Amino acid sequence: MAETLLEVKDLKMYFPVTRGIVIQRKVADVKAVDGVSFTIKRGETLGLVGESGCGKSTTGRAILQLYRPTAGSVKFDGKELTTMKGEELRRQRRRMQMIFQDPYASLNPRMTVGSIIAEPLEIHKISSGKEKQERVQELLRLVGLNPYFAQRYPHEFSGGQRQRIGIARALAVNPDFIVCDEPISALDVSIQAQIVNLLQDLQQELKLTYLFIAHDLSMVRHISDRVAVMYLGKIVELTDYKTLYDEPKHPYTQALLSAVPIPDPAIEEKRQRIILQGDVPSPLNPPAGCRFHTRCPRVMDVCRHVEPEWKNVGTADREHWVACHLYD
Amino acid sequence: MATLLEVKGLETKFFTHEGVVHAVTDVSYKLDEGETLGIVGESGSGKSVSVLSLIRLIPQPPGKITGGEVWFDGRDLLKVSDEEIRQVRGNRIAMIFQDPMTSLNPVLTIGQQITEALELHLGMDKRQARARAVELLEMVGIPDAATRLDDYPHQFSGGMRQRVMIAMGLSCNPQILIADEPTTALDVTIQAQIIDLVKELREKVGMAIIWITHDLGVVAGLANRVIVMYGGRIVEEARVHDLYHRPYHPYTLGLLHSVPRLDAAHTGRLIPIDGLPPDLIDMPPGCPFAPRCTFKIERCDVENPPLEYVSSTRRVACWRWEEMAARQDGGFRG
Repeated sequence: MAETLLEVKDLKMYFPVTRGIVIQRKVADVKAVDGVSFTIKRGETLGLVGESGCGKSTTGRAILQLYRPTAGSVKFDGKELTTMKGEELRRQRRRMQMIFQDPYASLNPRMTVGSIIAEPLEIHKISSGKEKQERVQELLRLVGLNPYFAQRYPHEFSGGQRQRIGIARALAVNPDFIVCDEPISALDVSIQAQIVNLLQDLQQELKLTYLFIAHDLSMVRHISDRVAVMYLGKIVELTDYKTLYDEPKHPYTQALLSAVPIPDPAIEEKRQRIILQGDVPSPLNPPAGCRFHTRCPRVMDVCRHVEPEWKNVGTADREHWVACHLYD
Repeated sequence: MATLLEVKGLETKFFTHEGVVHAVTDVSYKLDEGETLGIVGESGSGKSVSVLSLIRLIPQPPGKITGGEVWFDGRDLLKVSDEEIRQVRGNRIAMIFQDPMTSLNPVLTIGQQITEALELHLGMDKRQARARAVELLEMVGIPDAATRLDDYPHQFSGGMRQRVMIAMGLSCNPQILIADEPTTALDVTIQAQIIDLVKELREKVGMAIIWITHDLGVVAGLANRVIVMYGGRIVEEARVHDLYHRPYHPYTLGLLHSVPRLDAAHTGRLIPIDGLPPDLIDMPPGCPFAPRCTFKIERCDVENPPLEYVSSTRRVACWRWEEMAARQDGGFRG
């Protein structure tokens, strides 16, 4: 069994809703992430899926301390990050990087590709001068770009190439752990596979650990070892990719899987879809009890009042975590 | 089935500072009554522009429809007067778009927006129009329709706004509904709701649908026939089963292989299509897909293959389609 690299316990991230201009009173909290726990082993890819607004990106950012969590603990390689500050935190950040969704918004248009990739090397005082230039060229080659591109600007590149630049920047500091926040959602179908393959190759070569955040269940299944499903600020189910797709337990996971279109008309004709009614409720005022009860096709009375417990319904060596009263 | 719409040799260009963008080149197809046609392509493939051109919704300038005919109801829509095309738009041919927030007017209630078309096209008075609007909203599954009529677009969620758009689209009983990526901005469970609704309405109303998407999965369960576009041209057209099970064009095959399937074995790697889509300003002289094609031969670089009927129901533009077909029909299923 590989060692645990990241341990997240009861992580909460609330954003205050304020009223007033001069004197701001807090009137409510948006509970974007409301108590999630999971671990990631070294070299593993954990997929985090959910619909927009479920808190999956916020979870990624709170882990990296880009948002300071409201409560809970994030242990990276045994060290608690939530209480860390200043230089100490910066040193840890060298080991944790992020790849963003929008390759158009996440690269500074006024910097050359070379200086974008070199910036983390300067900030963390890793290398300078000729050594730095060589490292930039090496990184460009690593992500499948021409080293000569270092002199160019982001607007000269396509979406897929820009995403490669973003990956090179993340790799510059030799991180152990990368949060991939919807890294392929903005790309065309034929380009997505190129980037996913690159991420998988780099993982092997550099022994990286990924948290792969996405709404595309087919892609998450393809790339992940284990998958966590989020709904309205909570993880409702977590297990290995195979069990999750073959024997989903939570009614939300079941509905989500059944909603994904499969590019095969013969299968589509026969498929029975679970169509969820209504929309996702507001995280400002989430439903009492189980948060999914307002849309759940198998809702029971207890679901409306009592929050389901997060427990392992699988075995010790094949864990299957779920939060649902159906398995009480 | 009778042909409802016939597009012949459509060509649309955009005249920009950087040069002439060949957005749509030589696009021809037919749409039968009550049929659902899927048009699949990536960004820049010309799928949206080719359909917007049908009802002359191309911003001019910089765009211009430079050639072709669009036969509907016994006349060429590209030749009729502006007044006549307005009678067709929203009335006989309706459209729903990807982003319902930007296609609804934020300062008018949705009631005002639905009744406008009813009064304009069908000559209803205010009371009739309002009653019909309630009916339409109920038909698309908006709860409490009579009160929601006085709400503004921002008071609806994304999925509900798309339902409103569909209600507006269907308000004048169109013969054709054009859907331009209507579920792309929606979450997967909401997308399933909308597709389910469209299927139900199709049964009930019987309109023909042109559904534009980049997602091969979405049209697999929805369309009767699928057109694949690349670089502003149609590269393949086939009945839905043929296209997915026996693609003849290397691009279609490549697309099917590059997406992971939820139901497939967890294989090691995806097979991407290498390279980048063509530059529509500076198109290669041969086949637009040649620079990325794994089946390329010398001829592909110099001569663009014509889109030919290879059977009574399918067309393909590839010099090597016969070899592709032999491979596919010989039981090969990637």
